[in-house]
Amino acid sequence: MATLSTHPDCVPLVSCRFGKGATEIDRYIELAGYESVRKALALGAEGIINEMKASNLRGRGGAGFPTGLKWSFVPKQSSKPKYVLVNGDESEPGTCKDRLIFEHDPHSVIEGVIIAGLSIQARMGFIYLRGEYRYLLQIMERAVAQAYTKGFLGKNIFGSGIDFDIVTQTGAGAYEVGEESALMESLEGKRGIPRIRPPFPAVVGLYGGPTIINNAETIATVPHIFRIGAADYAKLGTERNGGTRLFCLSGHLNKPGVYELPMGYNLKKMIYEVGGGIPNGRKLKAVVPGGSSTPALTVDEIDIGMDFDQVGKAGSMLGSGGVVVLDETTCMVEFALRTMKFYRHESCGWCIPCREGTDWLEKSLTRLHNGGGVDQDIENIRYLAENMLGRTFCPLGDAAAMPTIAFVKKFRKEFEDHLDGKGCPKHYAAEPEPALV
Amino acid sequence: MTTTLFSPALAARFDKLVTLYPVKRSALVPMLLYAQDEVGYLSEPVIAEIAERIGISELDVRNVISYYSLLRTQPAGKFHVQVCTNISCMLRGGNEILDHCKKKLGIPNKGVTSDGVFSLEEVECIGACSWAPAAQVNYDFHENLTPESIDKVLDDYRVKSRDGSAR
Repeated sequence: MATLSTHPDCVPLVSCRFGKGATEIDRYIELAGYESVRKALALGAEGIINEMKASNLRGRGGAGFPTGLKWSFVPKQSSKPKYVLVNGDESEPGTCKDRLIFEHDPHSVIEGVIIAGLSIQARMGFIYLRGEYRYLLQIMERAVAQAYTKGFLGKNIFGSGIDFDIVTQTGAGAYEVGEESALMESLEGKRGIPRIRPPFPAVVGLYGGPTIINNAETIATVPHIFRIGAADYAKLGTERNGGTRLFCLSGHLNKPGVYELPMGYNLKKMIYEVGGGIPNGRKLKAVVPGGSSTPALTVDEIDIGMDFDQVGKAGSMLGSGGVVVLDETTCMVEFALRTMKFYRHESCGWCIPCREGTDWLEKSLTRLHNGGGVDQDIENIRYLAENMLGRTFCPLGDAAAMPTIAFVKKFRKEFEDHLDGKGCPKHYAAEPEPALV
Repeated sequence: MTTTLFSPALAARFDKLVTLYPVKRSALVPMLLYAQDEVGYLSEPVIAEIAERIGISELDVRNVISYYSLLRTQPAGKFHVQVCTNISCMLRGGNEILDHCKKKLGIPNKGVTSDGVFSLEEVECIGACSWAPAAQVNYDFHENLTPESIDKVLDDYRVKSRDGSAR
């Protein structure tokens, strides 16, 4: 149902089996499937981790932590069982890439989980999908059942003497569960309240055992690294940013879609060439480069390579690969408000800066947008957001604060234009002004 | 369980589900969602049976229900229309699609039509950003929507409800 978009600059690596019937295990095997896990078995735990480190693969969920390094943190000896957990709770606004992986290539996820499991001597893996992705859960469950039938899962996988099980899991609607520790809580049948760290999941994770948690795209990339070799994989990207990634282009574009492009691909080119530019002859106003939690970039800031380091240097984050494009007609206050409304809705309420901060920011932005704002509101919004940063258990508070700070800083004039009772110059139907009490 | 509220197929599925994990309770969230799919919502008896199956208190179950946005303790329409208005959808007319649905169905956000066929909810990002604006009806995605195309979608479900085809 969801299809990959293509452009001559695309490098189909993770997406190389999309649209080729690879949901069927026999077809997947024909397309060199499950060969990587055999290579990994031959390499052994240490060999796998060395290969992963050499690939320069960095986590595709948003933080961009080097995957090989993450795996190496899992202690060799553990009194408790170790686990692999795939985060397919894709919920960051602007992000719709994992959907394509589950839909078109579920066996690559299974293969990635097995390889991750081999690297830490885990015997069990979980694939967690957001509840909204029911049709994908069915595809994933079927793929897992096929892998059991072939002897790739269960007892003595691939005749190696190693046992490995995979359980698929559904969520039931919660953005915050995409945060690693909240994800583990959810999988343990609880409210998705984040855990305090340290200890990190690599040491104390799921059911108290050492756990590897990776984004679905990260895990689906693993077999491809072993298929083409870590050195060749690394070369596809830029320094310290190996490979390719699935970029989700959305918003005001002629050709929105999910495209697989090399890490470091120029953002300007991504918008104007890959995404086909802005419709209706309009001009670009801003770009949210990596999902709703990443600070927006202005027109002057987009001539950069899309890798973790370059986007970081430009004052934002590569995040989850969700590139949201805003044209000149967009009201930045409305956009900031919609972003905050989301974070307020998703805040679990566990820590005060996030629970209260998102609520007050939504109220203040609503008032400002509707024309009831006072001069001090703009400073208050900035101040409130800045005081949420780094003061919450999990990154949801930061995710709400970071874009807000950037909106106020970079588009202050638009905020000021809403003052003096004017309200939004563009809004089609102002809602009643909420009382600030 | 000697007696159950669920169909034999679902009851058998639940019997197996609790054995898959290192702890039984890991089956809780999926069980709640699957029970809701069959029954329509998480009624008092459903909560009681699930609590018993997992071996936790009903309060514990309610605590979990209230965290997850897909779980509900009140009936929804047979076809639950969930319109995304988050950033990518907003930029491409998600609010207009929501307004259109409100008018067409004659119900507000979180309302249910008097015949119980439709319910409407404004939802957060559903992972259809590159194909915005988008909505889900129950679990089915409908993408690249226009007011005309959502009309067609709703009309088709209306016909389905008359046919008596299941959710």
